[in-house]
Amino acid sequence: MPKILINGKEIEFEKGMTVLQACELADVEIPRFCYHEKLSIAGNCRMCLVEMEKSPKPIASCAMPAAEGMNIKTNTAFVEKARKGVMEFLLANHPLDCPVCDQGGECDLQDQSLYYGVDKSRFVENKRDVKEKYMGPLIKTQMTRCIHCTRCVRFATEVAGVPEIGAIGRGENMEITTYLEKSMESELSANVIDLCPVGALTSKPYAFEARPWELKKTESIDVMDAVGSNIRVDTYNWEVKRILPRLNNEINEEWISDKTRYSCDGLLKQRLDVPYVKKENKLQKSSWDEAIAILVEKIQSIQPDEIAGHIGDMINMENALGFKKLFNIFKSKNLEFREKNYYINSEQKINYIFNSTISGIEDSDLILLIGSNPRHEATILNARIRKTFVQKKVPIFSIGDPGDLTYDYEIIGNKTDDIKKIVNNEHEFSKKLLAAKKPIIIIGESALELKSGKYIFETLKNFLLNNNLINENWNSLNILMQNASTVGLLDLKILKAETHNQFFSNLKNNKFKFLYLLGSDNLDFKKENEFVVYQGSHGDRGAEIADIILPSATYTEQNGLYENLEGRLQECKKASYPIGESLEDWKIFNKIIKKLSVQEKTSNFDQLRQEVLNIIPNFSNLNDLPKKEVIKKNEIKADFISEEILVRELDYYYTNSISRSSKTMSECRQIRQKTIKDGTNN
Amino acid sequence: MEVNMLKKEDKIFKNLYNELGWEIESSLKRDDWKNTKDLISKGREWIINEIKTSELRGRGGAGFSTGLKWSFAPKEVGSRPHYLVINADESEPGTCKDRDILRFEPQKLIEGCLIAGYAVNAHTCYIYIRGEYFNEGKRLQEAINQAYEKKYLGKNACGSGWDFDIHIHYGAGAYICGEETALLESIEGNKGQPRLKPPFPALVGLYGCPTIVNNVETIAVVPTILRRGSKWFSSIGKPKNTGTKIFCISGNVNSPCNVEEEMGIPLKDLIEKHAGGVIGGWDNLQAVIPGGSSMPLLPKKICDSITMDFDSLIENKSGLGTAGIVIINKDQDIVECMARIARFYKHESCGQCTPCREGSGWMWRILDRVVKRKATYNDVELLADVTKQIEGHTICAFGEGSAWPVQGLLRHFRKEVESRCRDKPLVKKKLNNPYLVDQHLLENKNA
Amino acid sequence: MSIKKVHGEQPKEFKFSNENLKKVEEILKRYPDKNKKSAVMPLLYLAQRQNENWIPLAAMKYIANYLTMPYISVYEVATFYSMYNLAPVGKNFIQVCTTTPCLIRGADKIIKLCKEKISPNENEVSEKCNSSWIEVECLGACVSAPMIQINDDYFEDLDEKSTTEILDSLINDKPIKPGSYRGRKNTAPEKLVSINGGKHA
Ligand SMILES: Cc1cc2nc3c(=O)[nH]c(=O)nc-3n(C[C@H](O)[C@H](O)[C@H](O)COP(=O)(O)O)c2cc1C
Ligand code: SF4
Ligand code: FES
Repeated sequence: MPKILINGKEIEFEKGMTVLQACELADVEIPRFCYHEKLSIAGNCRMCLVEMEKSPKPIASCAMPAAEGMNIKTNTAFVEKARKGVMEFLLANHPLDCPVCDQGGECDLQDQSLYYGVDKSRFVENKRDVKEKYMGPLIKTQMTRCIHCTRCVRFATEVAGVPEIGAIGRGENMEITTYLEKSMESELSANVIDLCPVGALTSKPYAFEARPWELKKTESIDVMDAVGSNIRVDTYNWEVKRILPRLNNEINEEWISDKTRYSCDGLLKQRLDVPYVKKENKLQKSSWDEAIAILVEKIQSIQPDEIAGHIGDMINMENALGFKKLFNIFKSKNLEFREKNYYINSEQKINYIFNSTISGIEDSDLILLIGSNPRHEATILNARIRKTFVQKKVPIFSIGDPGDLTYDYEIIGNKTDDIKKIVNNEHEFSKKLLAAKKPIIIIGESALELKSGKYIFETLKNFLLNNNLINENWNSLNILMQNASTVGLLDLKILKAETHNQFFSNLKNNKFKFLYLLGSDNLDFKKENEFVVYQGSHGDRGAEIADIILPSATYTEQNGLYENLEGRLQECKKASYPIGESLEDWKIFNKIIKKLSVQEKTSNFDQLRQEVLNIIPNFSNLNDLPKKEVIKKNEIKADFISEEILVRELDYYYTNSISRSSKTMSECRQIRQKTIKDGTNN
Repeated sequence: MEVNMLKKEDKIFKNLYNELGWEIESSLKRDDWKNTKDLISKGREWIINEIKTSELRGRGGAGFSTGLKWSFAPKEVGSRPHYLVINADESEPGTCKDRDILRFEPQKLIEGCLIAGYAVNAHTCYIYIRGEYFNEGKRLQEAINQAYEKKYLGKNACGSGWDFDIHIHYGAGAYICGEETALLESIEGNKGQPRLKPPFPALVGLYGCPTIVNNVETIAVVPTILRRGSKWFSSIGKPKNTGTKIFCISGNVNSPCNVEEEMGIPLKDLIEKHAGGVIGGWDNLQAVIPGGSSMPLLPKKICDSITMDFDSLIENKSGLGTAGIVIINKDQDIVECMARIARFYKHESCGQCTPCREGSGWMWRILDRVVKRKATYNDVELLADVTKQIEGHTICAFGEGSAWPVQGLLRHFRKEVESRCRDKPLVKKKLNNPYLVDQHLLENKNA
Repeated sequence: MSIKKVHGEQPKEFKFSNENLKKVEEILKRYPDKNKKSAVMPLLYLAQRQNENWIPLAAMKYIANYLTMPYISVYEVATFYSMYNLAPVGKNFIQVCTTTPCLIRGADKIIKLCKEKISPNENEVSEKCNSSWIEVECLGACVSAPMIQINDDYFEDLDEKSTTEILDSLINDKPIKPGSYRGRKNTAPEKLVSINGGKHA
């Protein structure tokens, strides 16, 4: 490895690194504003200047490629003078309104001016005043504070793939804005708030809510989709004030989607805080005792096979296991968690996870989407596809039309016939696929929902197996699940082979007399005479049809395990308390079990967790990918049906009960619908 | 009188004032396109070597060896084509030489493009002309068309076996697009913001391809050098500062003009013999900006003896730059003259890097206060600091370009500056200096 | 008022005329197929010429779509370069160079005349002669200072008298002739004719 001298210390570095990165290897901190690991290099703030032997001028370390034999100094008077100079310029036109600035306490400029700032401003001219810009409901702007680092511009263009922010004008009149001040059309837009090193772009919903040092910070994971983005939940007392991303290069890098970030105001709205019972056709406040008593009475009067349960999209594994156990006591096998009757082969774990892994996308050399819109179904995963597209120009194809994905792709068909042709090597795409070393095939729920879901999955899997595209080193078969709970629930074997597909027909034909909805709000179902119990956190769709409502905790109010779409087990942490009288789900089950007064034992949370960990197949470690499993080759035949592959539209900002309760999400949704209607999108 | 004047036959630009006609037929009479094919047939190496031994240095400002620059272009064309780009952005205050080449000697430039294009393996050349030179661009296009008609351009240009096309790209009023990487950005359809270097354009330039950027004058002298021999060229002027150069003499002289002269000619000779002398006589001279607005000015004492070439001027802490000479006599307020230049830089900063964006306006504002006698002695020190904080800390040389003139002023006219300052601020409260561009010095002139 | 700020009243639509569409085809041929974006500057010029010397938003959008580039990029370009007018200017658009070489030869006097004869403020279209003026940076004709540019043409070697003549002709819609107003041959040195006691202008 080549070597470089940093402050007299010799350091080995990897080829392709910059001087700044080499300095970091040497544990030498370099101040910076414009440089950001995940963005292209702009080199414009000039804060990272260092001294290089033989160069009369200081160099911008963020932009200078490190080279063998360079002699870099970062601690000389020369360097300090240069940095102080740059700092003075940055502060010259900066308003220094820290007391009223939301960035206060976590502002790069504030921090660095402590080290490099001069104590007294020598700038006596009038400060520049820049008009605020409208950037939508998420981003509050105070452009006078902008230091023109262009991180936001680069983020929008490079990562989000919506080149909608730009720097207009020039010189000291340069201003950052969106085109004609409209909101950014991206599901990742709010990341610019984290990126902005000063308080020019701050969070609108969080404006003046709290100071960072007053907040309790809990490291957790997100459940808005199946990606499992790593987040930090900031609470003030019991209130969730904001959600921020946590760096995890395997999953979300440094980004989170707007839904992950801003649904949190929905945690306080529409909350169910006491049990309700329907009396005289009206839901009325009740007590736990009364509600449980009515529930148990009802259960005892109904045949077990007429009892059904449905588990919602954000239920953690411990609670789901508790629910399964409860249903064992009910002697009912009618448990389901899918929202639509999509095909799933749960025999082996590789059949329902994203085997190529999220970070593996970057290694791929071809991507095929089948009935999936990753932009809406797994925003962060889509960002990774885009990153690979931008960096490597990886060719991307789709069967079915998912619309604008923020990168170029080619639609190679929209029927199951095309898949048939591909596997029979009759499609010109077959050659490309077989020529690829690390292709990625992503099958979405929309495809599995079709009558030919089984055909699509099984024939493709066979094709990939036969062509050695599923092997120890690379598995190109990927299912893109939409809900945070799905993979975990499959692992818990909630679906019983015998009753596999009867649930939906029975539900549709109103065969069930007792329906227990566990945090389930997305089930498409016409209620007739069913007695419906809704256990959940929000007064959403499930609660609307309920006869009994049992209030429970949200994902920020309890601990729990989730498996993301890669089958990676992660822990969601309790950051706050269940609201009002609401309880964690497993506690509610225990209440019921006690009331049933059967011999069955109740279980506490730790027991449930231990059991979950024992059940999960191929479990390796928390936060890690599942262990590789031996791939079984038993060919399942499925009949071909000629069918069109449609990609189901997701109402992106309204996919679950929390986001539907969020004021911020509903604003975003309205704006999105308006731009679609006016055709003002780019 | 004629002692060290350039001999008429040694002038390269015989039609600098359009006394002979710009059309191709007239220019052929002046030997343009004479044996071009033979020159090219001597091969790349010969051409580059000749240019190297002629010691031609770039006429765009930096004075970099042209032959050396050409030799940086990859020897073999890889998967990416090579480009030649001609810098006709000419926006440096005090400079207007390329304009005359564009309108009166276009064939010299066009022929030079073909030869240079061949030498650096480029089949395509873009000439970037500042937008204000609309008519000059039209003229050049006519000249290009005439060259195409004669088959000097296009497929098998001039029978050389080399295919060569020239396109014109207009700028639109941005001085910074004279900086070569900003210029490339501009051709690519972006804002003219300079790129980080490395990589240098010779390897990664226009559209990511190897690109050689040269000034109009640099390229226009190439055919004559090859035709008359590098020895001829290097025999004119001084060692390492060879050949002839077009000087633009403007400001307080009796007859401002462009003139081609020998490199290294004494400044005083230039002014007195070609420009009719300083208005009010040599003793009325206050200062001279020797190389376009970016170059620090020189006080009369230095002007008495200085010679006009790259190295002599560097020795005197200035530079030849574009050889745009601005004469300022004692009737002028030197601080105001420099404040106006500072305003130019404030207006033209691309805004990318912090020191230039924030510093150029700051310098102007301080100078403006000095002119209005609203500055304190502390401001002078501050001004000096600001220039130091910009210099060397930016992506492109604009930073130096904006700081140097002010440094020159402080170096040679500090007393002048301080004589307008006072101990304490005149007004304690904030000055009502509106921030935006719309404030102009001139409006306050008689106030 | 500034011509770099988007104008309040905007036409709804913009389309290139057929004649200009042909020019666009020609322009696009100059650049590699992959780099159509290069044509944005020439296309903005075309739009400006077609639309009475200023560029409406609709034109930026039209050009963005034409070249399949993001709106914001076109907007950035249009606001970066000073020669794109984003608000109406006069039919006679007078640009007065006031950078140092012109300044020391009396550009201030030309400004004064513009204020008197055209309009008291920059960028204000005068009713009477459909003209507006603006102060600009160095136009690259320093040895012919002071000078002004009216639309595409340079008027050089001016003084108060000649400037007055030019402006009066504009106001009265009389033809004006570009070039030197001291009757010299381009940038050639003058055989000392008369030095009127110091400054020429
Ligand atoms: C701010 C700035 C402005 C410049 N303007 C011009 C210009 O107007 N014309 C020019 O030929 N070179 C200009 N240059 C120099 C070019 O960057 C480049 O060095 C030159 O075109 C190279 O050509 P040469 O080697 O033939 O001189 C400028 C440089 C800077 C830093
Ligand atoms: S020095 Fe000035 S002009 Fe050059 S890149 Fe930096 S900001 Fe732009
Ligand atoms: S971090 Fe290097 S210039 Fe900004």
